[in-house]
Amino acid sequence: MIELRGICRDYAVGDQTVHALDHVDLAIAAGEYLSIMGPSGSGKSTLLNIIGLLDRPTAGSYVLAGADVAALDDNALASYRQSKIGFIFQSFHLVARLNALENVELPLVLAGADVKERHARAERMLDSVGLRPRMLHRPDQLSGGERQRVAIGRAMVMQPSFLLADEPTGNLDTSSGGEVLRIIEQLNRDGIALVVVTHDPEVGRRAARHLKMRDGKIFSDARRAEP
Amino acid sequence: MRLVDTTRLALQALRRYPLRSSMLLLAISIGVAAVVMLTAVAEGGRRYVTGEFASLGTNLLIALPGRSETAGAGLQGMLIGETARDLTLEDVIALTRSANIARVAPLVVGGGTASWRSRERDITVLGTTASLLEVQHWTLERGRFLPETDMDVLSPVCVLGGVVAEELFRGREPLGEWIRIGDTRCRVLGVLTQAGMTGAFNTDEVVVLPVANVLQMFNAPGVFRIFVEAASGERIADARQDIIDTIKARHQGEEDVTVITQDAIIATFNDIFGVVTAALAAIAGISLVVAGVLIMNVMLVAVSQRTGEIGLLKAIGAKNRQILGLFLTEAACLSLLGGVVGFLVGTFAAFVARTLYPIIDFQAPAWASAAALGVAIASGLVFGILPARRAARLDPVLALQKR
Repeated sequence: MIELRGICRDYAVGDQTVHALDHVDLAIAAGEYLSIMGPSGSGKSTLLNIIGLLDRPTAGSYVLAGADVAALDDNALASYRQSKIGFIFQSFHLVARLNALENVELPLVLAGADVKERHARAERMLDSVGLRPRMLHRPDQLSGGERQRVAIGRAMVMQPSFLLADEPTGNLDTSSGGEVLRIIEQLNRDGIALVVVTHDPEVGRRAARHLKMRDGKIFSDARRAEP
Repeated sequence: MRLVDTTRLALQALRRYPLRSSMLLLAISIGVAAVVMLTAVAEGGRRYVTGEFASLGTNLLIALPGRSETAGAGLQGMLIGETARDLTLEDVIALTRSANIARVAPLVVGGGTASWRSRERDITVLGTTASLLEVQHWTLERGRFLPETDMDVLSPVCVLGGVVAEELFRGREPLGEWIRIGDTRCRVLGVLTQAGMTGAFNTDEVVVLPVANVLQMFNAPGVFRIFVEAASGERIADARQDIIDTIKARHQGEEDVTVITQDAIIATFNDIFGVVTAALAAIAGISLVVAGVLIMNVMLVAVSQRTGEIGLLKAIGAKNRQILGLFLTEAACLSLLGGVVGFLVGTFAAFVARTLYPIIDFQAPAWASAAALGVAIASGLVFGILPARRAARLDPVLALQKR
């Protein structure tokens, strides 16, 4: 479903060029569960941003669901993000003035969905992450784990094929982090491809496929034997 | 994205910073209210002045000696010592023969003193005929006005302005008394109703005498001006032509008379007040531009404060156009709300002013209110474009890194 070939991402820092990604090749099949690990500055977040179409590669080709997306303009990338990709961030990125339901509805609002339909869908999403009773609470009235569950609802409400999580448990304690991981792993079992970027080996180990990165390169791509 | 949703999101964003939003609303509403109030004053003044001129008389024309466009004899006239030929009583009498003219009242004006027994008072001496009463719509408090006689007949009678009568006679009956005006004596026939300023002079401060007496008193060769009442509204133009033709014929073909119609005076005042109103509106409008700059400033702050939110919106599929729309809608909502508040405040202030000074009809013209609202919204949008574009062009990765 995703095929990256010879992906480079260079940044100009002063008069030096930093190669955040250096000729990365990567294929991700539908429904896979993979983790990307590595020290900070290894390029794992940059790789996730490129997979998620937030960033464009400097060089290389990217085929998503059969379409070459490396050279698309901002609008086209936005459409792909809207329909194919869900994001979860370390700091949740909920809109503080909107309640849980409105936050989950936001992608549907941007897509111009009908009010009734988006209410129903957002409520179903919140129900599936166990937050229906708290759907009228604003983010500052929710715990960290609850906030991340709202963010999961928002990421999933457009029924994407990929869920990209950047340090999803980074701001959470072990128990609510575990709860968040259980939810996204359940989503993966239901068919979504899940990519988790983390520096926490405990979290990374849970994936079926482990990528390890250093200096903008993937140096290890191992599959865990199915138990 | 639906317009309702865009508007709802924009309003929610504005509510998040109530103090900042209300300060902006205040700035815009002050601008709009200023336009509404200032134009209401100017428009009230215009209506008042034209109303006063309309009350001077109906179908009125005024003839002045001399062919003056705007500057009297003009440069050429001054250099060769040419002055206008006077309008004589004979000229006035000649005008009465026109079928297009209903009444003619000459006017001679001078300063003087009036005395009765030991009391003396400065007055304005008016020389005219019986027709002036109707031509100027004056009314008498008591007695009667000048008798209907030929204009060139001297007659020792006078009519007093209200204040003159009060101050000379101090409550005694003035009718039938003889007073002294300069070197001549005359009998009081009537007293004018007090009305304050009407047109060019204060009728309370005058003593009215037959025109022939005043011409003799001041040894004046001609009259100051001639009030002419046309036979009907449709015949004002004909009457005007008759005056010019008559005077021209009597002055050896020289067209040395200026005829002002009341319509022309009112039109002139309308023009002047129109310009004043527009100028005031423009000055007040500047405050709207200032408010626009304020909007831009605050929106720029908002964009940098909400960078994380903008990054998130992009991550979940917002197109650049939608982000632009969201921020522009915020600016538009602010300026629209501010405009409406300002309009209401200004209209209410005009209402209060009307209640306090009922003589003047303070009311902002519709075009000024509409223009103020329009300029407010336009300046919100124009000055909102820069911050909104900045938001729309943010790089999603960098934006998401900011929290």
